[in-house]
Amino acid sequence: MRDRLGLRPGRPGRLVAGLLTVALLAAVAGTAVALTGDDAAVDAVSETPGEVRGRPEPGQGPTTLDVSVFTPDATVPGADADGRRPAVLLAHGFGGSKDDLADSARRMAGAGYVAMTWTARGFGGSGGRIHLDDPAWEIDDVSRLVDALAARDDVRLDGDGDPVVGIAGASYGGGAALLGAAYDDRIDAAVPAITWSDLEQALFPQSASPVPYGDRPTGVFKQQWASLLYGAGLGTGPAGAGGSAPADDGATGDAGVPVDPLGEIPDGADEAVDELLCGRFAPAVCRLYRGAATGQGLTTDGRRLLARSSLTPAAVRGYTAPTLLVQGTRDSLFGLEQSTRTGSLLRDEGVEVDVRWFEGGHDAGGLTGVGDGGDLVEPALDWFGTHLGDDAPPAGGQDGGEVELTLPPPQLREDEVEQRATDLDELLDPATTEVKLLGDPQPVVSPPGGRPAALTSLPGLSAGLDLAGGLGQGYALAALPGATAVFESRPQAETLTVVGAPTVDLTVRSTASDATLFASLWLVGEDGTASLPRLLVSPLAVPTSEDLVRVQLPASTYRVEPGQSLRLVVASTDQAYAVPSDPRAYTVALAGDENLTLPTPRTTAVDSAGGLVPQPLLVTVGLLLLAAVALAAWGAARARSRADSDPDPASADVPLVVDGLVKEYSNGFRAVDGVSWRAERGQVVGLLGPNGAGKTTTMRMLVGLISADAGTVRVLGREVGAGSRVLGEVGALIEGPGFLPHLTGRQNLEAYWEATGRPRADANLDEVLAVADLGGAVDRPVRSYSHGMEQRLGIAQAMLGTPDLLLLDEPTNGLDPPQIRGLRGVLRRYAEGGRTVVVSSHLLGEVEQTCSHVVVMHRGRVVLSGAVEDLVQATGSTLVTLEGGDPVGAARLLSGLTGVESAEAVGSDQVRVEGPVRRPRLVEALVREGYAVAGLDGRRQLEEVFMGLVGGGEPAQLPASGAGGSDAGAAR
Amino acid sequence: MSARGTAPAASRALPLRAELRRQLGRRRTRLSFLFLLLLPLLLVGAFALGDGGSDGGGASFVDLAQTGAPNLVVFTLFASTGFLLVVLAALFHGDAVPSEASWSSLRYLLTAPVPRGRLLTVKLAAASLTTLVALVVLPLWTLLVGLVAYGTEPYRGLAGETIGWADFWPRLAIAVAYLFVNLFFVAGLSFLVGTITDAPLGAVGSAVLVTIVSSILDTIDALGDLREALPTHFQFAWAGVLTSDVDYAPLATGATWSLGWALLLVGASYVLFARKDVLS
Repeated sequence: MRDRLGLRPGRPGRLVAGLLTVALLAAVAGTAVALTGDDAAVDAVSETPGEVRGRPEPGQGPTTLDVSVFTPDATVPGADADGRRPAVLLAHGFGGSKDDLADSARRMAGAGYVAMTWTARGFGGSGGRIHLDDPAWEIDDVSRLVDALAARDDVRLDGDGDPVVGIAGASYGGGAALLGAAYDDRIDAAVPAITWSDLEQALFPQSASPVPYGDRPTGVFKQQWASLLYGAGLGTGPAGAGGSAPADDGATGDAGVPVDPLGEIPDGADEAVDELLCGRFAPAVCRLYRGAATGQGLTTDGRRLLARSSLTPAAVRGYTAPTLLVQGTRDSLFGLEQSTRTGSLLRDEGVEVDVRWFEGGHDAGGLTGVGDGGDLVEPALDWFGTHLGDDAPPAGGQDGGEVELTLPPPQLREDEVEQRATDLDELLDPATTEVKLLGDPQPVVSPPGGRPAALTSLPGLSAGLDLAGGLGQGYALAALPGATAVFESRPQAETLTVVGAPTVDLTVRSTASDATLFASLWLVGEDGTASLPRLLVSPLAVPTSEDLVRVQLPASTYRVEPGQSLRLVVASTDQAYAVPSDPRAYTVALAGDENLTLPTPRTTAVDSAGGLVPQPLLVTVGLLLLAAVALAAWGAARARSRADSDPDPASADVPLVVDGLVKEYSNGFRAVDGVSWRAERGQVVGLLGPNGAGKTTTMRMLVGLISADAGTVRVLGREVGAGSRVLGEVGALIEGPGFLPHLTGRQNLEAYWEATGRPRADANLDEVLAVADLGGAVDRPVRSYSHGMEQRLGIAQAMLGTPDLLLLDEPTNGLDPPQIRGLRGVLRRYAEGGRTVVVSSHLLGEVEQTCSHVVVMHRGRVVLSGAVEDLVQATGSTLVTLEGGDPVGAARLLSGLTGVESAEAVGSDQVRVEGPVRRPRLVEALVREGYAVAGLDGRRQLEEVFMGLVGGGEPAQLPASGAGGSDAGAAR
Repeated sequence: MSARGTAPAASRALPLRAELRRQLGRRRTRLSFLFLLLLPLLLVGAFALGDGGSDGGGASFVDLAQTGAPNLVVFTLFASTGFLLVVLAALFHGDAVPSEASWSSLRYLLTAPVPRGRLLTVKLAAASLTTLVALVVLPLWTLLVGLVAYGTEPYRGLAGETIGWADFWPRLAIAVAYLFVNLFFVAGLSFLVGTITDAPLGAVGSAVLVTIVSSILDTIDALGDLREALPTHFQFAWAGVLTSDVDYAPLATGATWSLGWALLLVGASYVLFARKDVLS
């Protein structure tokens, strides 16, 4: 069995390694599949477009909403016995349409929901006008969509006309989701993302409040964002009737306003101009924007309109749907404070609320950064999975309150956002840290026309600026000289994790009746580099009558590292906001206790995927570890059992028995082919053969360097394999010596002996060095040695510890004749003590003179073996060379002698005589008959065979002449 | 009769002390350490030559390196993580077996006899120990050089945050320990290739090549989370210990990947070497 396995060296090992590799790759691939999810279910989703009637717009007739329903394949789990499933409504962002959500809806449906998307009124293929998620319009539409879901036969119902439905949306769609859940209590769960809570505060932010709190005056118009939204609303074309794509008729607007093909302003009534300027905005919304954008501020009507579209305490009453608030940290449109406000309102109402703040928002690619898909599907599936399913707990009065948040990535790990968690109570009422600010009252100029304006962010486009900000270039653009007041803290001693909106008290005096200012909080490194976390500023508009104002700085999440200081920057302008056009001068001073109050709630680290290390990886590596330990234990046990096995009794006292050794290389070449012989105590055995006979391969197998394909090697009865302990009884020199070139001869021998692990006293180092006869060179590095010196040191190394069996492969290589002669004596004496020496050589003379026994190898086989004395002395042939004369006659003469078995003429002057005849008698007989004998060559059996091998002559006869030897199998 | 006596148990053959003595005297080892000792001096010299390169912007990594001794240490580790340490680990591990083969001394070790598993274990231990010593010597020596060149200012990060000396020591220890574990992959690969091919150059070269390819693949975002399996993906995760609130997840994940690869590669080298025909 072992022979079979061993036929191709190394193959089982490669197999094991290959299997292990495949196992690991499979684990990796498995992880990948788990991450990409089940695509088949998503592919099997079918989409059905349709229409839902909405509340008709005045003067427009019926208004239809463009709807699509995505239904999963029947095989997708999640349906009850009637084939009914929970439903989800997905709402799109401002300026978009239901088409934006097709991919998300497919994935929701693939997960087992009936997913409905629709185009909000005023956009795309839906009719109507844009009312900014007004409860009477867009939010009423949501209720009608819920009705439509309730009427379907594949949607699960809570009760009559009350489907099991969740709603999710981002930005404008987030407003629809939040307000939809507020106004329609049939909605069972909501995931509003990156959206507002208080629309006035979002578009006209006011970060100052008089102390004590009172009604806040109107804030500062967020002009840049508002204009972007206005543009998005205009981009949907003029107000159209529902049901068809708008503006498919270029010559005439759907409302009947004539539009000149050359783009001239239409003549006619003010309403016609309004239609053109307002696009599909509802008139009230349009008026609000026009007023604000032209510097007329916000009217009472406008405030009322924005309040209707906000989450008011009244609207929240009766809110039950568990809600996951997803908000982005990089959002200058709807900041984190909006989600805090919603969370606070819903919490007070007893609604289950979780909050998730992610690294992203309107300034950083919207939902990019949420979940794996960069959209709401992952958080929505999480949330709806636990709140819409069969085993979902009943809504209302739940604990919830989990808050996940992100901190910006540390500088050296740009792509890794840090996840942390806290709870809603802590977020709403956090622990605070007071930081003393320093700075005298400072004048701040507000330039005429509001230009130049400080640049902190480009709404919606902040990625590029963020890079500059991160590298410390942003400060020069944001803090314009003369138009900025700066207050700074001392470097912090400890790490602070700021989560939420810091506050500071200021007094502001103005040359006008009011003051418009922009406050931001910068982090300053010890080297003076300033950076603005998330590029957010807090605008404040305060009447100068107020002495002390409390300023709420931008809500954000970041760390203040030890050594950093905090810098409060109060600027008179900001690119993104409307500022007074008249020139003013302000004085800004710290007030109250002159402290910055930082919200520093307790947070805990979130382990992604529930552990430090992904589970499949941990399991795979754990299994690998077990496999490695098992492999090591098995190997050790096998080695021990081999070492402990009793020696073969038949050969226990024989130093070396080689039996049927075969070695075939992977190319099919049989280097050794059934070799058997043995070496007894006291013998010097010569392994003789021409180059390539298989001597060295045999030698290597004798010491377990290469494995035999068949046959065994026994030393003192114990089988030899790789690293067998019995090799301790063997000293070897194989294919030249091998030494560490940087060590001296003595150090090399010491290092070798140290490697055997045996006591130093057993080495007989001095005797052995005497054999090497290196003189002073013994203490020089081996790299300076000649070939002969290395060879002698190699022989000496083999003799270290005087092993019972000495194997020397071509020991005379590189030695000069006196040294060779000396070596012969050494080897003979070595064997005399009952030890055994095996010498391989390709030189007949050397073997004859050194060895007591010989084994002749040729082409991997033993062709002759025996005692040298016998092979030399026994029957041989004699070649007689005559000087002139008749070889045929001489042969006839000689064949008559006793002891001559045959005699024949060879060539013109030679006679070959076979048989045990004494050679002087041959000469005597020839001379007596008058033959002149020129030479007599006594060719003995050993020489005959060997000369045949090296001379290449008559190879065909070799097996025949050597047959007896090869079968004898012994050299006794 | 048997003066030499039976060989002792396998566990006593080729003591680690003996293997270290075989390897430490080598020019290769000495040159590697000499270079490690030169590196911080070279850096300090280069900074001194390249004076005044600041372009008015924020502090760059190189500017920060001159802040104080800890910054120089972090910079040096950062600069050597991607390539220098990889080459050193590959050299120490990849050359362990092939060097003996090239001196022809491998066959004498094996017939001493040192069991093959034992030989690999000791070689691996000696190579790992050498790598670890290099990893400890480099930051400590750099620290010394930094103290002389730039003084005792505490560590300062890019955002201006500082880490005091008392806090810096354990973090440095964790960083060095992580770097060591992260090099297991390189160590395992070069050890395996060296064991099966007897070619030191092939061993070191293959490890360096795979490291480079892995770094290139790591830049392809489309590979997504699959990149976590790349041996270089978590290479720089040690830098995470220099933030105020250390997230150990990348360190742990990177270390686990590295350990997994190393088990596979080293395991393969044991299996293959146990059956290999030693022809060197």
